[in-house]
Amino acid sequence: MNNCLCPPPPEFRINRIDDSKLKWLLLTMMRIREFEERVAELVIEKKIITPCHLYTGQEAVASGVCHALRKDDYLFGTHRSHGHYIAKGGDLKAAMAEMFGRATGCSKGRGGSMHLVAPEVGILGTSSIVAGSLPIAVGTALAESIRGTGRVTAVFHGDGVPEEGIWHESANLAALKRLPVIFICENNLYCTHMALDKRRVHDNLHRVAKEHGLESVVVDGNNVPDVYYAARDAVNRAREGYGPSFIECRTYRWRGHVGPNYDVDLGLRNQDELDAWVARCPIKHFAGFLVSIGILSKNDVEEMQRGVSFEIEEAVSFAVSSPFPDPADLTRYVFKGGASNDD
Amino acid sequence: MTIKSYAKAVNEAHEQLLASDERVFVIGQGVESPWCVGTTTLGLVARFGSERVIDTPISEAGVTGAAIGAAMAGMRPIVFHPRMDFMYLAMDQIINHCAHWYYMFGGRVNVPVTIRGIINRGNEQAAQHSQSPFAMYVHVPGLKVVCPASPYDAKGLLVAAVRDDNPVLYIDDRWLYTLEEEVPDEIYEVPLGKGRVCREGSDVTVVAVSYLVREAMKAADILASERISVEVIDPRTLKPLDIDLIVNSVKKTGRLVVADPDWPCCGFSEHVAAAVYSRTFNILKNPVQFVTLPDAPVPAGTSLEKAYFPDKSDIFQAVKHFFAE
Repeated sequence: MNNCLCPPPPEFRINRIDDSKLKWLLLTMMRIREFEERVAELVIEKKIITPCHLYTGQEAVASGVCHALRKDDYLFGTHRSHGHYIAKGGDLKAAMAEMFGRATGCSKGRGGSMHLVAPEVGILGTSSIVAGSLPIAVGTALAESIRGTGRVTAVFHGDGVPEEGIWHESANLAALKRLPVIFICENNLYCTHMALDKRRVHDNLHRVAKEHGLESVVVDGNNVPDVYYAARDAVNRAREGYGPSFIECRTYRWRGHVGPNYDVDLGLRNQDELDAWVARCPIKHFAGFLVSIGILSKNDVEEMQRGVSFEIEEAVSFAVSSPFPDPADLTRYVFKGGASNDD
Repeated sequence: MTIKSYAKAVNEAHEQLLASDERVFVIGQGVESPWCVGTTTLGLVARFGSERVIDTPISEAGVTGAAIGAAMAGMRPIVFHPRMDFMYLAMDQIINHCAHWYYMFGGRVNVPVTIRGIINRGNEQAAQHSQSPFAMYVHVPGLKVVCPASPYDAKGLLVAAVRDDNPVLYIDDRWLYTLEEEVPDEIYEVPLGKGRVCREGSDVTVVAVSYLVREAMKAADILASERISVEVIDPRTLKPLDIDLIVNSVKKTGRLVVADPDWPCCGFSEHVAAAVYSRTFNILKNPVQFVTLPDAPVPAGTSLEKAYFPDKSDIFQAVKHFFAE
C-alpha cells in the first residue's frame, strides 16, 4: 500500500476532561463533517462554485486544537479551513453564505471558500497561499508578546508547508523571539496530488521543526483527545512565555485535494489506502468510545447528529435566501476610510 | 523650527511616533547597524529597548509577514528593508497578503502597517543593489505608496503613513539624506494623497518624483534664465495620486514632462501621462515627454552609472524639446 501508515484504530485515553468537554469534541467534529459533506453535495449540484478544499476525515485536528484555545486567542488557516473556522466558533450561516458568494457571507462574498474570517472569535483570516499565513501568525504572536497579554496564536498548515522557505523563516523567528505561537501541521500525507515520499527524502517534519527550536511532538491526528492534550500543553507553554510549539497531526483527507472527488479514479492514490483511513474515522471511533464508557447512549449520538443536520440545513437556507453583493460595491473595501473606496 | 537633514527628519519621526503611540514598533534587518539604515534608526534601541525596536535575521518575507500580522492585531509596525531590491523576497506577503487582506475579508480586518523601502544606489553597486521600483507597487490595489523628496515631507509623510489604517509603502531615498531644510520640532502629518506645487510656472508642468524633484528645481532655475517658466509638482504620494493638482497645472501650461527615476514600461510616468491625456487631450500643445531610467538593469561602472541615472540636464533637455524649432 503506497505511502500509507495504516496505523491501528485510535485508542482513547482520557484524563481530567469532563463530560461536557468530551461531548463538545464529538459535536464539533460532527458539525464539521456535516458541513463538509453538505458542501460536497452542493458542489456536485453546481450550486456552489467557489473551489472547496474539504476537511472530511481531519475533523479531530481542528476540534482538538481549538478546544485548547480561548475565544480571544488567534487562529490562522489555509485554503482548507472550513473545519478550523467551525471549531473556533465561527458562525455557520456566515460561512455557508460565503460558499454561495452572498453579501451575508463572513467575507461579504469577497473571499469564497478559501478566505474565511471571524475576528469576533479570533480568526483574522485564512490564506490560500501555501505557508502564507505562517509569518502573519508569528506577527500576531509578536504583537501579544510586546503587549504582554498572554493571547496565543494557532496556525494550521499542511505537510507541504515545510517545503516552502517562508516556513523556515517563520519557525526560526518564532523560536528566536520565544513567541506564543503554535504551528499545527496537518500531515494528511498528500500535498495536492503528491504523496509525501515523492516530495521529501525523509518523513521527518517534526524533527525539522525541533531543530529550529520549536517544542515538537507527533500525535495521531484521528485521535481527538490526543490532539487536545498536545495542544493544551503547547498553549500552556506559549501562554507562560516558553515559546512556540509544533504539533504534527498524522491524519488523512478522505476527498481529493479540491472538490468532492476522491482522486482514486485519477490514479493519485489507491482504494485500499482510502478504505483503511475511512475505517479509522475519527468521529465513528470517538462516538463509539463515548458510548462504551457510558457518557453517551447510541440514542444521544443519533440525537446529536439530527441536531447538527438541522443546523447545517438552516445555514444552507440562510445562504440561498441571502442577497448577492451589490455590483455597485465592487471596489468597496479596497481601502479603509479616508481614501477612495471608503467603507 | 530647526534646520534638519532628511535623515534626521526620518529619525525624528520614528522617535516621536514611538514616544507618542505605544502601538508603534520598528522591525527590520539591521536596525542596530548604522550603515544599513543610514542613521535613520540611530538611538532608537537605546531609548525604546529591543522589544520595540527589533533587529531581525535577514528573512525578508518572514519579517514583513510578522509586521503584517502584528498590524492585524492592532499594532502600528514600521517594517523596513535596507534596500528596496531585497523587498522582492517579501512580494508574496506584501501583495497576496498585506494589500489584499482588507478587501478579501470584506473589510473585517485591516492592516495598518508601514513598509519602509529604502533606495540605496550609486557608487557602483550594480543591478541588485540600486533599484527604485515604485511602479510595481503602485500597480497593486490596496497599497498606498509615498515617496518623500524633502526633509519636511520625509517626517510628515512617515507620521501620516503610520497613522493611516491601511498598508502604506514609504520609500525614502538615500541620495536625499543630506538634504537640509527647516523641519518643525513637533510631530506633524503631511496628508497622504496630496501633492505639492514646489514652484509655480506657466509654460511647462514638470511632475517629478524622489531625487528628481531637486533636479527639476535646478533645471527650472536654468530654464527661467531662458524665459521658460516651469511649474514643478511633487506628487509626494504616488497612490492615491493627486491627479487634480497635476491636471489643473497642465490645463494652465499645456505641456507636461514626467520625471520618474524608475523603469519606463508601465511605469509611474506612463501612468501620469495616461491620466493626463484622458482628461486634457484637446488642450495639450505637445506630446508628453518622459525622463526615466532606461529599460535596462542598473550597471556598476561609474561611467555607465552616470549615463544611467537622469539628472537636471535630462529634464532641461525634455523641456527644451517643446521649444525646438
